[in-house]
Amino acid sequence: MYAQMVKTGVDHIQSKEEMSPEERAFQDRVDQDIKIEPKEWMPEAYRKTLIRQISQHAHSEIIGMQPEGNWITRAPTLERKAILLAKVQDEAGHGLYLYCAAETLGVSRDDLMEQLNSGKAKYSSIFNYPTLTWADIGAIGWLVDGAAIMNQVPLQRCSYGPYSRAMIRICKEESFHQRQGYDIMMKLAKGSSEQKAMAQDALNRWWWPSLMMFGPSDAESVHSAQSMRWKIKINSNDELRQKFVDQTVPQAEYLGLTVPDPDLKWNAERGHYEFGEINWDEFYQVIAGNGPCNRDRLRTRVKAYEEGRWVREAADAYAAKKAARAQAKAA
Amino acid sequence: MVDSSALFEYLLRLGDNALILGHRLSEWCGHSPALEEDLALSNVALDLIGQTQLWLNLAGEVEGRGRNADNLAYLRDARDFRNVLLVEQPNGDFAATMARQFLFDAWHYLLLRELTGSKDARIAEIAAKGLKEVTYHLERSRDWVLRLGDGTEESHRRMQAAIDDLWMYTGELFESDEVDQAMVREGLGPDFATLHEPWLGLVRATAEEATLTLPQPGWAQRGGKRGLHSEHLGYILADLQFLQRAYPNATW
Repeated sequence: MYAQMVKTGVDHIQSKEEMSPEERAFQDRVDQDIKIEPKEWMPEAYRKTLIRQISQHAHSEIIGMQPEGNWITRAPTLERKAILLAKVQDEAGHGLYLYCAAETLGVSRDDLMEQLNSGKAKYSSIFNYPTLTWADIGAIGWLVDGAAIMNQVPLQRCSYGPYSRAMIRICKEESFHQRQGYDIMMKLAKGSSEQKAMAQDALNRWWWPSLMMFGPSDAESVHSAQSMRWKIKINSNDELRQKFVDQTVPQAEYLGLTVPDPDLKWNAERGHYEFGEINWDEFYQVIAGNGPCNRDRLRTRVKAYEEGRWVREAADAYAAKKAARAQAKAA
Repeated sequence: MVDSSALFEYLLRLGDNALILGHRLSEWCGHSPALEEDLALSNVALDLIGQTQLWLNLAGEVEGRGRNADNLAYLRDARDFRNVLLVEQPNGDFAATMARQFLFDAWHYLLLRELTGSKDARIAEIAAKGLKEVTYHLERSRDWVLRLGDGTEESHRRMQAAIDDLWMYTGELFESDEVDQAMVREGLGPDFATLHEPWLGLVRATAEEATLTLPQPGWAQRGGKRGLHSEHLGYILADLQFLQRAYPNATW
């Protein structure tokens, strides 16, 4: 997902008896679906986990601007160009909401950006794959945003107020993103044989990385169990992945495209699709920095940040001068 | 009655300015100094792409050969583009982008304001819509000229260098040829020379407040309006037109 394998710093789930009175009162509020707001008491591990999760999500939005931004200047029509530009712009906006949500937990955007730039902070594995053709823009909207929505819709109900509200705003825009992606795929699938081949090729390359977005099975993970207890994670990775496959396979069929999984088949008894083994070795390699684009993504981000430093400094200096002048005038 | 080929030419100029500057600004998306600027630069680019569609669709209608905005944007070669040289200049650093934007916005604002009184209702309508957007563009680019000019030593030096660099492309904005003169005669558009004084007044006042020095009047580079461009335009078109050229007659 946009935040993958978020650690909670706990080694077991506390029982109510083990909790301090404050912790117990906190957990009771969470259990009753009362939103936790920034000024309220919260366990330190909850705060830290949320910072990790929200900032990873924010970083994913920001890094995610690159693969799609790669095609803004080459979009095939004025309308497609405007839609894509607006979409990438939305991602900057999502990053901004999320950094703001993280700031309510006592970190600054600058600190978080430094963590991203230094390579210390993670972002979603999916954005380390290249966009090679226009069809990739369709595939990202359809599959990547589709997978993101699976996770983000339940997170609208998460326990932390600012995160929940950011998710509500983001989800509204994500569903438009997914539709535009599917619309691109539809045009290609109904287009010339070259366009159809382009669409199939994009599906071939993006299918498995999209399934990896949900992260490895977390049925046994204490971190996932803790996050679910805190209601900052609502469903297990496998549940969401299954839901995504079940939703997406019929869409691929409708497009006349073939999902690149020979083991894919409908299980009528379970009411779900069965699918093949995911190459988790590839996933861990990408997470470790060895994906096709990891280095380029980070270098591009650092370059923009460093080259923008003098601009941000100038804006601060000007604001300070202006304030000083206003003060001198008032005195 | 205005000659339709002159009107077509005039509309191409308006559309191509918006198209090429919008394209340049869209290059910034994801690379700007702060997230807020990614949002703002994209907004301006989106406005300009929208204006491009309106102007070029009208141009196609006036031409009467069945071409729409996309055909005109994606299937003409550089010699048939009619934008002024200023808008195709590379983004450079943020100061160069903002200086280019301010010099253009100040002119664009004045031009659209005049065009809202065009005798051609279609032109007046597009201009009125664009004017609202460009009023905001100008406010924003003017603000950045102030912030960078009067910010730090480094930002001042960069903004001054940007103004110095771009100044020779501003002369072209105020020249009229037979196409522009035909528009003036028919009451469709303003005499560009009359825009110079208000433009210079705005630019001078801004420069003064930003502690910048305007260059002396000098040689003006010209030619964009007639299709004589810098080498930069070809690369813009190589990107812009790639898919339409590589897959002729495909729909997207």
